[in-house]
Order: sequence, then structure tokens, then C-alpha cells
Amino acid sequence: MVHKRRIRVMVAKPGLDGHDRGARIIARAYRDAGFEVVYSGLHQTPEEIVEAAIQEDVDMIGLSSLAGAHRYLFPRTVELLREKGADDIVVCGGGIIPEEDIPALKEVGIKQVFTPGTPLDVIVKWVEDNVKPR
Amino acid sequence: MEVRDKDVMSRITEKVRAGDVRTVARLIRDIDDGMPEVRGTLKELYPYTGNAYIVGITGAPGVGKSTLVDQMLSHLRGQNKTVGVLAVDPTSPFSGGAILGDRVRMQRHSMDEGIFIRSMATRGHFGGLTQSTRSAIDVLDAMGKDYILVETVGVGQDEVDVVKSAHTTIIVVIPGMGDDIQAIKAGILEVGDIFVINKADREGTDKTLNDLRLMIEMSQNKYEEGRWKPPILKAQAVFDKGVAGLLEEIEKHRSYLNKAFGGLHFRKRKDKVREELAGMVKNRLIEDVINKLTETGEFDEAVKSIVEGKMDPYTACDNLVLPKLDFSAK
Repeated sequence: MVHKRRIRVMVAKPGLDGHDRGARIIARAYRDAGFEVVYSGLHQTPEEIVEAAIQEDVDMIGLSSLAGAHRYLFPRTVELLREKGADDIVVCGGGIIPEEDIPALKEVGIKQVFTPGTPLDVIVKWVEDNVKPR
Repeated sequence: MEVRDKDVMSRITEKVRAGDVRTVARLIRDIDDGMPEVRGTLKELYPYTGNAYIVGITGAPGVGKSTLVDQMLSHLRGQNKTVGVLAVDPTSPFSGGAILGDRVRMQRHSMDEGIFIRSMATRGHFGGLTQSTRSAIDVLDAMGKDYILVETVGVGQDEVDVVKSAHTTIIVVIPGMGDDIQAIKAGILEVGDIFVINKADREGTDKTLNDLRLMIEMSQNKYEEGRWKPPILKAQAVFDKGVAGLLEEIEKHRSYLNKAFGGLHFRKRKDKVREELAGMVKNRLIEDVINKLTETGEFDEAVKSIVEGKMDPYTACDNLVLPKLDFSAK
């Protein structure tokens, strides 16, 4: 008898960026798709995000950044997950991220980056296809 | 039924008792998702439970429960106590998903090794919300936490039932609730051991206090000498006002329980054991029987018969269940 596992996702706001409307909209879209979404709240350090992600046993962390600090914050999050032996948690990014930064981010382990204007159903579908309950 | 390898189980048990966060987190997930192999682990962990003091915090959305829990965490850590937190949020009945946002109010504690915070959704749990939460409480207990705080939105029967798993139950309200207090299920008023009026700087606090006092006196069993009389406290959780007083009352209740029940852990008390076991058996039956009937197609056939007007649901039910109830089988 196969038990249905629900996808658990963390939507996180690292750094000093105080705008979370986008993150909340994504969170709602994930909820409507049947995921359980843990929202981290604003002004989180990568350390706090990773610790919470582990306690909550999430399958994916979605990092939202609109203030330009993604080139430090996103890789740092991936690094910490690796240090804690939790690098099976998929990490994605979204927000104001220049196209030219995306390859470098993917290289350090950010699985996908969603830039402004990406339709919500595209994002949700990507998660459903690429993130399996661990 | 999948059974965990004995070695794997013992390793998990060891890790839980050593406080390994990942193992505990994964175990709670498995409990949540209703994985059958969890039973073996829970059996192994059970002897190590019974040490934590369990506090339930419930109330309508927006009254400040999470903020209150956040402050309680600071105070308890100041006393060098370790704490586990289960924050339960409602699952959307439409999508089955949930936004678990209680953690936001407590995030400053996430780096504290002495605190473990876990968000749970009410969802259609295998075994019901109560069972899942109870099992999660067991895990945090075996993990060695001194206190376990369980926060729920007390609007459903399930959420009310969850607080029955607690030693002390705190009901949080805000001023001006007036008619809303009337609307609070009677069941909640009866299980409250301590009442907190949060945001007590707001207008209507004293009126709410009086309304509450009246309502409590009417719904609780008659006050007898020596029996616990639920206090009504004022607080402003956001400003850390009233929290120290709340913790004092919790300790008073704890002493009262020790005296009244001779220190017997409440889950070993006959009435509680009875309730818990009945719940477990019921849920297990539902799980096993309905799954089996769905697998064999009998359930769907029965539904079809009723829809087509060939059978009434009472007969259909008898046909489904009675052959399965063979008590001569061991």
C-alpha cells in the first residue's frame, strides 16, 4: 500500500531584503497545488534557513531575493546544506536576478532560478516534476 | 506491511535519544505521512517517553499564540530548559496543501540547539491529527526535551482533542471577543487549565475578563476545595508582559497535578490510556479495513450499488464489515 507523501517546501527570505509579496504569492500557489509550505519570515541568515529546513524536513528551499545579494546568499545556503549533510534538499532561487548571474548560480548547486514574469503554474509544474518527497 | 530492519530501528532510536535533529525531523515526517514502518520505531521509543512536560496552547487565529510561544521559549531557555515545539496549522480543505507560518514568530530561536521547532499541518492524517501529534510528542519526549509546547488553532474538534494530550492547556483570547467567546466551543472552555487574555492593552479587557470568568464558572465542574481553579491572566506577548506570570501558573498547575495524581504520569492514568488506545484502535481499523476494501474493489462496488439504487447504505455497510469481523480468529 503506497502512502502518499506530500511535498514540503520552505519559502525563505535571506538577507536584508524586506519585500516579501512575491514570496507570499509563491507560497500561496504552492499551497493551492497541495504542498505544505513553511514560510521563514524576513531577514533570515542562510544559517537560520538551513537549520529550519532541516528541522522541518523539507524537500526544497525556495530562496527569494530582490535586493541583489543573491550571489552570496544563495551559494552560502547550498554550502551550509552540504556541510550539514543535507544536500539532498533541492535549492531554487527567485526574484530580481540578472540573467547573466544564473549560470554561476546553477554551477554552485542552485537547481533552478525563476525570474519575474514566470507564470505561477510553470513554477509549480517544475517543482512537481523535479522535487520528489525524499 | 513493511517492517524496519531491527538494526535500522535501533540506530534510529539511538539517534533520537542523542538528539540528532535530522533523524527526529525525518521521523516526524514519516509519522505525518503515515508510513507503516514508523510503528516499530515508536514502540522502541515508548519506554523513553514520560519525562517531558507537555503544554498545549490553543485559541482563535490572530490572538497571538505564536508570539506567546516565542516569549515562553526565551523564558524557559533562561531557566536552562530544553523545549520542543509543535506548531499546527490548518490544511486547505480544497487543495490539501498548507501554509505553515507559525515559525515566523519564533525564528530567532532556530539556531538554539536546545529548541526544536516543527510545523505540522492538520491534513487528513492517517490516524487523525491527534495520533500524529501524539506520536510526534513521543519523539520529542524521547529526544530528551524538558518541555513540549503544542500550538493549535482551536477551531476544530481535532484541535481540541490534541490539547487533551497535554498536561496543562492554555486558552488564549483577545479583548473584545465578547460574542466570539460564546462561539468558542464548549469543549474548549472545559479543557482550559489557564486562560490568557493577550493584547490586554486593548479596550474591553476587563469586560472580556468578566465574561470569561462567568463562562468558565458555568462550564467547568463545580469548584471543590482543593480542585484546580483556572486562573485568567492578562498579557501582552509582544512586549513580554505577563509571560513570567504564565510560566508560574504552569508550574503551579504542575504541582497540583503531582499532588492530585501522586506524580503518576498522565498518560499512564486509566482514563487517558483508555482514550488513547480506543483512538488508536479506531484509526487502525479505519486504515486497515478501508484500505483492504478499496484494494479489493468491494468498496467501490458498494458505492455503485447505492448510487444505482440497488442497495441502501446501511445494508452495504453490513455487507462490507460483518464478514471481516471474525473474533474467533486470533
